[in-house]
Amino acid sequence: MAFLIRSFFLAVSALVLASCAAGESNVESGNREGILHYGNGAEPQGLDPHIVTGVPENHIVSALFEGLTSKNPYTLEPEPGVAQRWEISDDGLVYIFHLNPEARWSNGDTVVAADFVWSWQRALSPVMGNQNAYMLFPVKNAEEYATGKLENFNEVGIRAIDAHTLRIELNAPTPFFLQLLDHYSTFPVHRPTLEKFGKGTDRFTPWTRVENLVGNGPFVLTEWKLNRRIKVQRSPTYWDRDKVRLNGVVFYPTENVATEERMFRAGQLHYTGTIPLDKIPVYKAMENSPYVNAPYLGTYYYLLNTQAAPLDDVRVRKALAKSINRRQLIDSVMHGINEPAYSITPPDTLGYFPPKLLEYDVDLARQLLAEAGYPNGEGWPGLELLYNTHEAHRKIAVALQQMWKDTLNIDITLANQEWKVYLHTVDQMNFQMARRGWIGDYVDANNFLDLFLCGGGNNSTGFCDAEFDDMVQRQAPRATSREERYAIFYAAETRLMEAVPIIPIYTYSSNHLIHPSVKGMPSNLMDSLNLKYVWLEATP
Amino acid sequence: MWRFIGIRLLQAIPVIIAVVTVTFFLVRVAPGGPFDGEKAVMPEVKAALEAQYRLDQPMLQQYAAYMGDLARGDLGPSFKYPGRSVNELIAAGLPVTAELGLYALLVAVIIGGLAGVIASLKPNTAQDYIPMSAAMIGICMPSFLLGPILLLVFGIYLEWLPVSGWGDIPGDKILPAITLGSTYAAYIARLSRAGMLEVLNQDYIRTARAKGLPEWQIVVKHGLRGGMIPVVAFLGPAFAGVLAGSFVVETIFQIPGLGRFYVQAAFNRDYTMILGTTVFLSTLIVLFNLLSDILAAWMNPRLRAQFGKR
Repeated sequence: MAFLIRSFFLAVSALVLASCAAGESNVESGNREGILHYGNGAEPQGLDPHIVTGVPENHIVSALFEGLTSKNPYTLEPEPGVAQRWEISDDGLVYIFHLNPEARWSNGDTVVAADFVWSWQRALSPVMGNQNAYMLFPVKNAEEYATGKLENFNEVGIRAIDAHTLRIELNAPTPFFLQLLDHYSTFPVHRPTLEKFGKGTDRFTPWTRVENLVGNGPFVLTEWKLNRRIKVQRSPTYWDRDKVRLNGVVFYPTENVATEERMFRAGQLHYTGTIPLDKIPVYKAMENSPYVNAPYLGTYYYLLNTQAAPLDDVRVRKALAKSINRRQLIDSVMHGINEPAYSITPPDTLGYFPPKLLEYDVDLARQLLAEAGYPNGEGWPGLELLYNTHEAHRKIAVALQQMWKDTLNIDITLANQEWKVYLHTVDQMNFQMARRGWIGDYVDANNFLDLFLCGGGNNSTGFCDAEFDDMVQRQAPRATSREERYAIFYAAETRLMEAVPIIPIYTYSSNHLIHPSVKGMPSNLMDSLNLKYVWLEATP
Repeated sequence: MWRFIGIRLLQAIPVIIAVVTVTFFLVRVAPGGPFDGEKAVMPEVKAALEAQYRLDQPMLQQYAAYMGDLARGDLGPSFKYPGRSVNELIAAGLPVTAELGLYALLVAVIIGGLAGVIASLKPNTAQDYIPMSAAMIGICMPSFLLGPILLLVFGIYLEWLPVSGWGDIPGDKILPAITLGSTYAAYIARLSRAGMLEVLNQDYIRTARAKGLPEWQIVVKHGLRGGMIPVVAFLGPAFAGVLAGSFVVETIFQIPGLGRFYVQAAFNRDYTMILGTTVFLSTLIVLFNLLSDILAAWMNPRLRAQFGKR
């Protein structure tokens, strides 16, 4: 027996020793070798900048390719990418980009203006089915070309003046145009590589595989193991290679947030894409916590169907919006990680602050409901709140349901649908009140306000106001200064929120665990990652 | 015997065609499509995408085209992962899931079989109750609970084993195999106990005892072969079940297997992927059922005689 016990302990200690010997964690070896281990949320759909949509894809594509501009992660203002400098005409319609003559593809070819012309033609091509093609619509005739109304691409407002000069003409002044140029749908792709595998507009070619991909970004692809990891390495041909301090990045498809958090704790990751909600109090209480929380350019809200009773009455809509205590909701259900939202545009969107019309005011809410014919909830016809099946949405819906019962004495019923079914229902406007979220594509209030243009694809509320449309589409772009433009947005947003087509609930936040050795990765409103700025510094 | 196998294989073809047909039309009936997202897609873009995937053609024509491709072994392009074919995705995930399943069943057979045999030797004593209660707990404890508990203990607190991955860090295959295997171990423990109890009461065992054979020889040589028949019959479907049902374990341990594709395809309305994985897995289930029938026949002389006569 004694022998048995002894050999058991021997075996166990052998196992421990073995695991210790091999046990340098990813973080330790990464800090030594300059390799960042990055929890990237999901397996990317692909790496073709003109096909993919989504955040995990964005992180990798932006490491492998570069657009005309790139985003400063501290200020979110555009800074030189492939374009060294640019001039804008006085009427705001013509942009001349001077490309960096040092810009190279990863195979050594020079990046030239014609690459952009060809790539934008591909991105806009009607047969491509590029879901982000609309990012280029400010360019003259781009929309006409993308929708098949115009066949001759020469009439679209992009032209290579010479190898290193690009001229772009817009339909109308677009103050946020430079913000769009670091979006992956505007990135150039390498024509000879694509044409090796078929027509440029084919969706199903293997040009993005490790052995084929040619990019122009700060990193090159070295390994792509499906659902395991994607490895990139510092590019030796990138024009600004001296500024790149990481030797490489490994992206992990961390779909399960609990697993991701465990990987972080075990030293397998430097950075997590998010953090499980129930772990937040633990990390908040920690000393020198790796937990980082920051506002995110997105709003969580409820759509109101303004065309069906009882929500066709603005007083009812306003009563609903003003009778919920958002702060209490966030503190009790979400561990206080988000900020209450009172409008569609998140506060401080590049210096813009939206109006606050829908603040908590129970007395006014009750009065409005009474005026609408439901004093203290009498005669209330009932209302259904729809959300897509998800625990977090359910918790919020239940909490609000109770608040409305307590403050207005009205009954709200809850309904949930599977994601795609829910999308279909909302698209058909077959609901009374429905949960929704919007994440900005670029940092500008326009990206939120143009959701509610008359008949817009993402409007889904029935809100339609010609004056509002005019302010957003005609007046704001023609403003001569940022202040003037923001003032017009403010007036437009006030009009919008007076009509209460939505109930804003909270501003999203980004939540990460970041190892202390990671430097140069500031929090910002876009949760924007610029790997050029990042470096690793092992803590003793 | 060959005749039996041939007939069973032929019977499988209409079954699989029926599965494909029902799946094909069912996924189309479900509301929402592969290109619907939170952000509205422009109608022109949607039309272009649908044309790329033949979704603009009449349903029956699509069905005929799909069946034609399927006959050639082509499962089509994935909707969710443009540039990758369903064949490629299955080929990438299958070896991982199959390996995981194999280890899991190995764990299950060793632990479950041992527990079942030990329990059957002294029925209705502590030696029976303890392993069988453990087996009951194994059945009741879902892998989404057991997995994280094992991870917390061996991965985070003791730091003996990695918390995720497959074949990247030494030892990362141990916990997933145990987690996935434990549910099956519990079933196998109960099956082998019942099988052994039945066999150990047979006349030929009494004969063996009468001959004065040592107890371990009776159990191992004479008892196991008969007593394990129910376990073998269970293994075939269990392996197919492991392949189709490893989703949870694959998610917990970040394993790049087939199970994740299978489940996510449905959420994504990735039509070709849903069909491809369903066809593939239903074929496997049919095959493994057949295989375990053959094995059971080989182990059971009475069944073997039956096949001989036919």
